[in-house]
Amino acid sequence: MEANPRSTGRLPAAFLTPGSSSFMDFLGSHAPDLLPGNRKLPDGIVEAPHGTTIVAATFPGGVVLAGDRRATMGNMIAQRDIEKVFPADEYSAVGIAGTAGLAVEMVKLFQLELEHFEKVEGTTLSLEGKANRLSTMIRSNLGMAMQGLAVVPLFAGWDEGKEKGRIFSYDVTGGRSEEHGFAATGSGSIFARGSMKKLYRSDLTEEQATTLVVQALYDAADDDSATGGPDLYRRIFPIITVITDEGFRRLSEEESSALARSVTERRMEEPDGPRAALL
Amino acid sequence: MSTPFYVSPQQAMADRAEYARKGIARGRSLVVLQYADGIVFVGENPSRALHKFSEIYDRIGFAAAGKYNEYENLRIGGVRYADLRGYTYDRDDVTARGLANVYAQTLGTIFSSAGEKPYEVELVVAEVGESASGDQIYRLPHDGSIVDEHGSVAVGGNAEQISSYLDQRHRDGMSLPEALKLAVQALSSQANGADREIPAERLEVAVLDRTRTQQRKFKRIRGRQLARLLEPEVTPAAQADAVSNDEAPEDSE
Repeated sequence: MEANPRSTGRLPAAFLTPGSSSFMDFLGSHAPDLLPGNRKLPDGIVEAPHGTTIVAATFPGGVVLAGDRRATMGNMIAQRDIEKVFPADEYSAVGIAGTAGLAVEMVKLFQLELEHFEKVEGTTLSLEGKANRLSTMIRSNLGMAMQGLAVVPLFAGWDEGKEKGRIFSYDVTGGRSEEHGFAATGSGSIFARGSMKKLYRSDLTEEQATTLVVQALYDAADDDSATGGPDLYRRIFPIITVITDEGFRRLSEEESSALARSVTERRMEEPDGPRAALL
Repeated sequence: MSTPFYVSPQQAMADRAEYARKGIARGRSLVVLQYADGIVFVGENPSRALHKFSEIYDRIGFAAAGKYNEYENLRIGGVRYADLRGYTYDRDDVTARGLANVYAQTLGTIFSSAGEKPYEVELVVAEVGESASGDQIYRLPHDGSIVDEHGSVAVGGNAEQISSYLDQRHRDGMSLPEALKLAVQALSSQANGADREIPAERLEVAVLDRTRTQQRKFKRIRGRQLARLLEPEVTPAAQADAVSNDEAPEDSE
């Protein structure tokens, strides 16, 4: 898609018309065929790789968002080292469960939407604004979700106004709800949520919060065949990101491997993981 | 029906060019310089909200002198062009050369179409490379021509005088404080020798810094960081401090 539909090379009028600061709105009016939601859908069910478990937890001073590395197609492992957690901008991140191809495209457009707004307006969107934009994008994917190509992200970020980390979860219709403490999405989320429910406390440190999400991912992989656990042999470890008032940071491979190794080692002694008090 | 007066094409173009140049000359000048780690934009701008410099894309910055509404329009057009291109192809496929060409065509078409008022703007499009030799700076005057610049460039009303001042003093591989101070001296020098002082609050400064770890290299320099860079005697240690505190909040001391 060139900037110039005719041969003058001049920016088309749509580029110079004052209007919305949204890149999606611009695409909608200038090149609607490029918007994922405007695609014509064929009949029938499409098989495509799916991403599985994403978990998040807040701690005083920030929020942690992490994901396993497995993508499955039916009962087959489609990819062992897929990345499902991405920075959305400097102060937020998005993790995706669901149809991998569509989800990655959605993240790319979402990142661009936030960046475009920032460049045009000279200021960033509020965290609520970002969460709402993501809602709109999921809603536009509903047609495909009906055919089995659903994308269900988890959005986490640092709210500069409220000075705390926040987590938003979504359903396939774009329904958005804020989660308090911890959240999980994807096929292994039931097990991850149960794990975090027992381990989570509201006064965790950053290190404890990153350990918590690794424990939750381990438990998800333990019981859900579509979620991959830490692969020590191939050196494939979960992607763990931390967002604080200093911005987005992805743990290095060294850091995440150290965490995954220590959790795995403890599980050799206690396969079911840490125990919570009965009362 | 009355017969319109005949105006020769030369005369018509000269009139339009003069009109545009006068408009640009009313605004304040700005300068864009290469330094060791990138490209610095410096201009006098009393407004904190209405910028002369801005980010277009990862490695590409934009500077403009002249009429605000016209260059703002072009800036947003450029952001849309860059974002659309990066979305369609890849982020690496967005280049300053491509953007400068689109701006040149746009300005050129407007300048030579009789029905439209020529834009009273002069633009600079700059892209920071992996090393200084990969830096690109393009100056785009109101008529849609492109000038490929090296080292330093000035645009706006007083551009010629500032350019010659910079040409004599700018050299490759200057540190950021050196380049910044040179830019401020150039902006405050007057033809009659009576230099005026531009306080730091009235300066708008931004850099495209190739050493930034982020993909997006554009960064505004304000407040205390700007004051530190403008301090008269900069020891090598303080200089390193100013650069390493790049991302730190204001109270980093």
